[in-house]
Amino acid sequence: MIELNDVKKQFGDRQILAGISLSVPRGMNYVLMGPSGSGKSVTLRNIIGIVRPDSGSVRVGGMEVPTMDRDQLMALRRRMGYLFQNGALINWLSVAQNVALPLQEHSKLSSSEVDDRVQDVLRMVGMQNSAEQSPTDISGGMKLRVGLARALVTQPEYVLYDEPNAGLDPIISHQIHELIAEVRDRLGVTGLIVTHSRACAVHCGDRIGILENGRIGLEGSVAELTSSGHPLAKAFLGSGAD
Amino acid sequence: MNAPQLVGQSLRKRVNDAGFVVDLLLRTALSLGFLPRRTRFTLDMAFNAGVRALPVTMVVAAFAGAILAMQTGIELRRFGDTGVLGTITALSMCREMGPFITGVILAATVGSSMAAEIGTMKVSDEVTALEVMSVDPINYLVMPRVIALAVMCPLLTALTDFVGICGGSLVAAQNLGVSQTLFWNSAYDALASSEHFLPKEVYVGLFKALVFGTAIATVSCAAGLRANGGALGVGLAVQTAVRNSVILIIVLGFIITWFFYFLAG
Ligand SMILES: Nc1ncnc2c1ncn2[C@@H]1O[C@H](COP(=O)(O)OP(=O)(O)O)[C@@H](O)[C@H]1O
Ligand SMILES: [Mg+2]
Repeated sequence: MIELNDVKKQFGDRQILAGISLSVPRGMNYVLMGPSGSGKSVTLRNIIGIVRPDSGSVRVGGMEVPTMDRDQLMALRRRMGYLFQNGALINWLSVAQNVALPLQEHSKLSSSEVDDRVQDVLRMVGMQNSAEQSPTDISGGMKLRVGLARALVTQPEYVLYDEPNAGLDPIISHQIHELIAEVRDRLGVTGLIVTHSRACAVHCGDRIGILENGRIGLEGSVAELTSSGHPLAKAFLGSGAD
Repeated sequence: MNAPQLVGQSLRKRVNDAGFVVDLLLRTALSLGFLPRRTRFTLDMAFNAGVRALPVTMVVAAFAGAILAMQTGIELRRFGDTGVLGTITALSMCREMGPFITGVILAATVGSSMAAEIGTMKVSDEVTALEVMSVDPINYLVMPRVIALAVMCPLLTALTDFVGICGGSLVAAQNLGVSQTLFWNSAYDALASSEHFLPKEVYVGLFKALVFGTAIATVSCAAGLRANGGALGVGLAVQTAVRNSVILIIVLGFIITWFFYFLAG
């Protein structure tokens, strides 16, 4: 369960988050939509403890994130995966090494166990044949899948997805959406997905929230939102949206 | 905004930047315990730095030595004292010119690429990704680079010193009528006549190189880590890295010479 309550965050004199509240029940995918620069990534960063809110409460599994110390944050991050826009792979490591990185740095697994785990997640995202390639030699969609494998390799309970389909063509996007839905259904992962894409919201979202002026302006299931006729719902989920 | 406010703001920013660099250096020192796990990567970094900087450094060193011999030789010739040319070239190469040349070239070649690499990682969220995986960017990215340059800079400086003296000897022989034997003998005497294992000029020079290497890597990594705003931000980080490195090389070079020759006798 991820819960934000009245979270505020200001950068300089710009109020980015102005009291956002949302909650993601266990095993659900929550889709967070909103215009560029509205603070979606900042919201995700609050949840994983890279950014601390000015006020308000951020809870993951009942534990308050902003007051965690270093060790608690590390423990939290082991239970949480984060998929970055474009994958954010380390480009001097191979695909397999990238995926192994979070395991090598902290877990006490033997190297053959690490290899097995890496192979498993790579197979799940359909990248088992590119394990030895360099991230510079693979396409955007493949990078994203490797990024997802890296997020999943620690067997997290939660995954945060930051624009998992930005800049991808509809076919590749569709594959990613299926993977996100599969991660929820097969692994029981609780997901928070930031996206602009209507297809993504429809395909993976159990609940949709739309950011407006630093808080959730509209929230509900896809069906509720589309039938509401609200201008925000029209802008992000209407037939004109993509 | 009026002038005093602008000055105040710019001053605050400088102090803030300097604080970031010092903090980064301290945290790098605290993460030295990770060095055994990063040995491979550190050696790769050191090797790359050496290979990248070596050709330019050697060319510049040869010419710098030649200029040094020429400059002093022209004056010495008036006093008919060109016999000490080897001594002067050797000592000033080892104490000042060698570390300075090596430092500036490392800043321009290796420091700039460190800032570009880390800056690119920063603006494409790779640094954040490391944090999210609980991999500390300081011991993963910064510490190996700082150690690599701290080791490579003195090594390259030793080579620069030698090549510079060779450059000087050519000019001495060709243009100033100082025989190779005389030049090298006086150079050797200058560097060997010492109660220490190495003469002061050499170890002060190598110590300078060590400090320069550390400073260049730290400043460049700091610039990279503070990059933001896409490709433009990376460009600015590279510019900041090279500018700050060169300023530091000059200021630290002065301070170290002053310390060893005036303060500590
Ligand atoms: N660390 C930071 N320092 C200053 N400003 C920031 C920082 N992180 C984000 N911002 C600003 O906050 C705003 C929202 O950013 P972000 O959450 O990335 O937007 P998006 O909704 O597109 O993901 C942007 O205008 C960005 O410039
Ligand atoms: Mg974003």
